Amino acid sequence: MSIIDKTDAVLEPESVGFEGPLLDVRDLHVEFHTRDGVAKAVNGVNYSVDAGETLAVLGESGSGKSVTAQAIMGILDMPPGRIPRGEIMFRGQDMLKMSEEQRRRIRGRKIAMIFQDALSSLNPVLSVGYQLGEMYRVHEGLSKKAAKAKAIEMMDRVKIPAAAARVNDYPHQFSGGMRQRIMIAMALALEPDLIIADEPTTALDVTVQAQVMDLLAELQREYQMGLILITHDLGVVADVADKIAVMYAGRIVERAPVHELYKNPGHPYTKGLLESIPRLDQKGQELYAIKGLPPNLTRIPGGCAFNPRCPMAQDVCRTDVPPLHPMTAPDGTELVGRASACHFWKETVNG
Amino acid sequence: MGRYVVRRLLQMIPVFIGSTLLIFLMMYVLPGDPVRALMGDQAFDPAVVANIRKDLGLDLPLWQQYANYLGGLVQGDFGTEIVSQRPVADIIADAFPVTVRLTLFAFAFTVLVGVGLGIVAGLRPNTMQDRGLLALTLVLISMPSFVLGFLMQYLFAFQWQLIQPNVRDSENFGELLLPAIVLGSLSLAYVARLTRTSMAENLRADYMRTAVAKGLPKRRIVGVHLMRNSLIPVVTFLGTDIGNLMTGAIVTEGIFNVKGVGNAIFEALIRREGATVVGIASLIVLVYLATSLLVDLLYAVLDPRIRYA
Amino acid sequence: MPEKTAEPEKNLTGKTTAAVPVPAAAVEAGPAPDKARSLWSDAWYDLRRQPMFLVSSLLILLLVVMSFAPGLFTSASPRDADLAAHYLQPPNWSHFFAEDWLGYDGQGRSIYARIIYGARASIMVGLGVTILVTVFGTLMGMMAGYFGGWIDSLLSRLTDVFFGIPFLLGALVILTTFENRTVWVVILALAFLGWTSIARVARGSVITVKQSDYVVAAKALGASTSRIMFRHILPNALAPIIVVATIALGGYIAAEATLSFLGVGLAEPTVSWGVDVATGRSQLRNAPFTLIIPSVMVSITVLSFLMFGDAVRNALDPKLR
Repeated sequence: MSIIDKTDAVLEPESVGFEGPLLDVRDLHVEFHTRDGVAKAVNGVNYSVDAGETLAVLGESGSGKSVTAQAIMGILDMPPGRIPRGEIMFRGQDMLKMSEEQRRRIRGRKIAMIFQDALSSLNPVLSVGYQLGEMYRVHEGLSKKAAKAKAIEMMDRVKIPAAAARVNDYPHQFSGGMRQRIMIAMALALEPDLIIADEPTTALDVTVQAQVMDLLAELQREYQMGLILITHDLGVVADVADKIAVMYAGRIVERAPVHELYKNPGHPYTKGLLESIPRLDQKGQELYAIKGLPPNLTRIPGGCAFNPRCPMAQDVCRTDVPPLHPMTAPDGTELVGRASACHFWKETVNG
Repeated sequence: MGRYVVRRLLQMIPVFIGSTLLIFLMMYVLPGDPVRALMGDQAFDPAVVANIRKDLGLDLPLWQQYANYLGGLVQGDFGTEIVSQRPVADIIADAFPVTVRLTLFAFAFTVLVGVGLGIVAGLRPNTMQDRGLLALTLVLISMPSFVLGFLMQYLFAFQWQLIQPNVRDSENFGELLLPAIVLGSLSLAYVARLTRTSMAENLRADYMRTAVAKGLPKRRIVGVHLMRNSLIPVVTFLGTDIGNLMTGAIVTEGIFNVKGVGNAIFEALIRREGATVVGIASLIVLVYLATSLLVDLLYAVLDPRIRYA
Repeated sequence: MPEKTAEPEKNLTGKTTAAVPVPAAAVEAGPAPDKARSLWSDAWYDLRRQPMFLVSSLLILLLVVMSFAPGLFTSASPRDADLAAHYLQPPNWSHFFAEDWLGYDGQGRSIYARIIYGARASIMVGLGVTILVTVFGTLMGMMAGYFGGWIDSLLSRLTDVFFGIPFLLGALVILTTFENRTVWVVILALAFLGWTSIARVARGSVITVKQSDYVVAAKALGASTSRIMFRHILPNALAPIIVVATIALGGYIAAEATLSFLGVGLAEPTVSWGVDVATGRSQLRNAPFTLIIPSVMVSITVLSFLMFGDAVRNALDPKLR
């Protein structure tokens, strides 16, 4: 068990001094070849994240939000997955054009990921100290002993009590919240530039969710990292995110700074999502639900993918795919950072 | 850990007693009589027969016979053969080392080749080499060992005259090579398939995705994260397999004329020498139980979830 | 030896309680099919597309027909011996399906006829043992898994005791005591020793199913014990049992041949491939075909059932997809 490959600590020279978004996803397409045909999971996604910024990606399961993240991370199963089109620019370089070895050096070190289910995402037969220390041993060439010391330090940072005593414990011996802290510690170990958190709190108890989310937000501020937060929980988003991208059937249907989206959604789907949150002040009223089911990705409806479920759908929605329109205020001034992929975004905003 | 070992040891005792009792019962309750076999086809005096039976304790109730037997066994006394008057312990001492050598040889072959092939296939599921291995293992499993044994014997000894058809010196590993391959081939096929399945299954596990996301090099992902998990069921299987190999040796020894346990038990069965059969069978059961205990302990070492359970 | 056939399948049920890790990509990408497929119809869909399944079912069908109507395949008798005319007459490969196609054995009997008539013993032992073992093993495993507690402890220890006896050794001990070893005696002896692997699988499977919500719901609704066991648990616990049983079937056929070869299984005048291999043994040097032809038949038969079992497993165990 001493297969350690040293990764030199030098940054790729081209990326030094690069001005622009930390991560820029352009026109990304991902499809899966399954027995039932080609499932188009991601169909032209564009988004970007700056250092220190938090982008929340919102959507139902099957909307392509996790697949996009996996494509960025380079952990898609290929096959059956395939990326027919698109660019993923990290510090100005297209990661899809890099060699496997170049990508490996970025993974974990420059871009790290936190998964939803920490129990299955941690190796059950290796101690948490080993799994944490592995980051330092592989990427920084530390000795086993030094790596363990760093692992304890990191476990302290994510506020695991008695870190030194628990470093040799195994994942199943920790509670759900503590396990997720270990996942966070592992992702933050090398102080990466970008963190992708895929539903980091979904599997946790409500009381623990807030603690873990606060910890993540705190560490993000401290390290000035970019954060992509993938979730379907609108409550989590409001507190931490700077901007939101709402996904539906593999496309971004709305983009907005976080508070504006809540105040005034620009897409019927977002509107439906917001209205389906139970609210105390509307106790007694019937809860709103978006009718219908998410589309089958092998047979995405023509036109706007949301049209079969949309209360405002017109004929044009069944024929023409709406582009992501930049949104403007009624007086014609541009609303910075807002866009909606709805033919009737004006009516939606005002209605 | 210590308590776990003790608990497992205690659990073994009733199973050992039960298994040996079952063999004992099968041997003595079912028809067939060693004293009659001793007399052969000649006319015999019933009084003489009754006397011999009394001397041997064969007239006692069955449970008492078993208790006597078990009592002797605890003191290392396996009893005496009725016809040859040879202590069963001697027969076992002669035959057992031969079979143990053959079994260990076959076991080593099984582990090295079986796990190796399984890894090669498991790393690339559903490729040509994977399908090729699957086909090879299917063929090996479907050939009962006497078929494979005769085939090898025919080809290597008679067609190409590379080896002697029979093993004369059981301490010569060169001569034991072919019997060991024949004996181990069935297990080899199972081990290869199990390794392959286990690896293919673990390849899709979440923690493997994490390992990739951590930016670990491929060798480390496979060597540390995948192997450790995948080999747990293989180790379990290998442990229980030693007992099976030892009984499989009965057939292999017959084909290649190896003077081991298989040979001894077969002769004893024909002469209805109950003490020999039960003695050898008890030893095999003991080996089987000991290896499964060993496997459990190894399992606990490999899998922390068991260790602290 | 043959009992191991069931061994590697242990992991099939042993781990079903553990969450099956499904990559998030698959979840996101796997669209809900418009029409939900059940496990069984999905398995059938899969089976029809596997060449291994088609080939093996055809072979098995052929073997079954052979065993029930051997007269369809040959007019020769497997017991007619003409030493003077046919002693060790080598095969005549161009005389397809004729009496002398595969040559004659050391007693001047047509090997082709003996191959055709020998199928019955193998098929009967294979099917007979499998049916007995599956019914008995499933009952034992279901009782242990469903009731738990002391019943489980008792039955599990009993299973351990039987499992502790090596299959071949046990069969040798039992069968040597019988003077007249018919097919039924062999079936009973093998079933007596072989039920444990099914019982273990059934127990594990039942324990898993027992904890599922629909069983808890049925209990809460006041369904009777037997109704829960046979209507709710059994159908859902059946898949791994069927997989182990089909794969074990080939093993029992191999076991019969091995025992007959050792001289403690079937015996003359029963026509059995194993017996023929044993008789042909002395001719290995000068007339290898007398031994090789029945050996190959045993292998082909076992292979057919193995392939069949493999195909069924692939179809029923979604984890392997």
